Amino acid sequence: MAFQPEPVQEPASMLAPEKQAMKARKMWVDSLLRIMKSKTSFIGLLIIALLLITALFAPLIASHDPAAQSIVDRYQPPSGKHILGTDELGRDIFSRIVYGTRISIQIGLIAVGISLIIGVLLGGIAGYFGRWIDQVIMRIIDIMMAFPSILLAIALVAVLGPSLRNAMIAVGIVGIPQFARIVRGAVLSVKETEYIEAARAIGAKDGRILGQHVLPNCLAPIIVQATLSIGTAILDAAGLSFLGLGAQPPSPEWGAMLSDGRAALQTAPWVITFPGIAIFLVVLGFNLFGDGLRDALDPRLKQ
Amino acid sequence: MLKYIIRRLAMLIPVLLGVSLITFSLIHLIPGDPARSMLGEKASQQQLELLREEMGLNDPFIVQYGRFLGHIAQGDLGTSIQKKEDIASQLMEKLPATMELAIFAMILAVIIGVLAGVVAAIKQYSWFDNLSMTGALFGVSLPIFWLGLMMIWLFSVKFNILPPSGRLTAGVELNSITNFYLLDSILTGNWTAFKDAFSHLLMPGVALATIPMAIIARMTRSSMLEVMRQDYIRTANAKGLKKGLVVFQHALKNAFLPVLTVIGLQFGLLMGGAVLTETIFSWPGVGRYVYLAVLGRDYPIVQSAILVIAVIFVLVNLLTDLLYKYIDPRIKYN
Repeated sequence: MAFQPEPVQEPASMLAPEKQAMKARKMWVDSLLRIMKSKTSFIGLLIIALLLITALFAPLIASHDPAAQSIVDRYQPPSGKHILGTDELGRDIFSRIVYGTRISIQIGLIAVGISLIIGVLLGGIAGYFGRWIDQVIMRIIDIMMAFPSILLAIALVAVLGPSLRNAMIAVGIVGIPQFARIVRGAVLSVKETEYIEAARAIGAKDGRILGQHVLPNCLAPIIVQATLSIGTAILDAAGLSFLGLGAQPPSPEWGAMLSDGRAALQTAPWVITFPGIAIFLVVLGFNLFGDGLRDALDPRLKQ
Repeated sequence: MLKYIIRRLAMLIPVLLGVSLITFSLIHLIPGDPARSMLGEKASQQQLELLREEMGLNDPFIVQYGRFLGHIAQGDLGTSIQKKEDIASQLMEKLPATMELAIFAMILAVIIGVLAGVVAAIKQYSWFDNLSMTGALFGVSLPIFWLGLMMIWLFSVKFNILPPSGRLTAGVELNSITNFYLLDSILTGNWTAFKDAFSHLLMPGVALATIPMAIIARMTRSSMLEVMRQDYIRTANAKGLKKGLVVFQHALKNAFLPVLTVIGLQFGLLMGGAVLTETIFSWPGVGRYVYLAVLGRDYPIVQSAILVIAVIFVLVNLLTDLLYKYIDPRIKYN
């Protein structure tokens, strides 16, 4: 999925710096406008914005203390007092879901951050330097991809010990290969362009060329992958928590809430209904927005 | 072709070595003392020493890894810590259950996914296209463990029409030959068992099929859209060929190639997704076995099961590549 920069009239290197910056900004503004025009990606953006607002103002939005237990109120169905009902310890499910947004954002950012930083580094180095370095790195990536990702994550958490932190690390590690492959592909196509040759001709060092010229021009596919990966990371981490390998009780992490509510499936189905819907909506939001970004940033896919 | 197969098999060797190295190293990632971690805090010094000796944890890493490879080469996957069972035979017993579930889910996903994708492509921007692509988008965003629980609540608790767990109702007799229950019941002509096994398979199968179904539908649609624009499709239409013939014989055959890659990849992922699905539906397969082993800190089981699943994954992907030749005769293997 190589990203081709929009054709410019004159070589970028001949433009004044401020003009260059303007051109770059215009490309991003154009892309953003294109995203806003698409109904689906706008819905995605809306969901993400809602998620961020909820996380930021959680104490104002939540109707109860998410940790407050009340045995007399356990397993209350949704009502005026508890709009989404209560769980086995009488805690307010709505408030727990509201506070859970913070954990989801944390998981998404940290796990994808790990995949992104390591993946971009490995892919960038492999693509830029080629030869044996490329061979070694890509064979390691191949081996990592020989494992079904959720299984590798389960195995990693199994040995590291179950906790939210280890679940984020595990989900982050299994996401590395995708970034590495995408970045390598993008770097391979960018490094053959004339402006890279020009940079080399004026004596720029490899590190500078890679960091200042090559990687910034591979940003589009990286951003698309990162957006789509946040959804997957939240889903995988919720799965780990559901299995008891991620966030531990009494954390209001959504997967852990589902795990807690499983025992009462027959009598109090609302305990598992709403955290599941929350996971679904957030993952949907990132998928919608990611798809929109891809269409907007990759002109070849434009219909 | 044979040359190509041999070369591909040879290329598998470094990957499989790497896979074995990673699975083997897992146990060395355990913070602190692996023996203590497996036996718990109450274990005596003697018990710990015994386990270390038994698992060879006192030897240097490279010696341990060499021994691990040697055992695998002989088909010996070690013994479990808690029940002292032979892991290879346990896996062989549980693998058919997982395979049956995965194959059933894959058949569901391919039939519905490809059909939906084809119809969505030929009727681009129609209500069906919108509906199925929205459905596909929902499908990839759904937590399957939640979907599974909601299905149990709806079909087992509320309407009581499908069994919530297991592979067969207690009391239903079935002579197992292959351990694939549907196949066994057909082979023995036992229709009571067939119906029972099928009703048990339905919910976990659908839950597991959701994600691959959605991905296959999206892939088929975009691949079909691309092919349908080609000149030879216009020629076929201009010749007055029936629409169905053009779509399925001319277009789908060529559009299927990228879909096949996705199917191969998804099949491996199904084996991973089986951990969640099997746990929810108490399906006695490899996924649940891994899950219980993780909870019981029975690391040799975790190691071996993951190794076996990764090997299956790699082989399925190889098989997909080889299948290409039959679908697309233009591909030459030299």
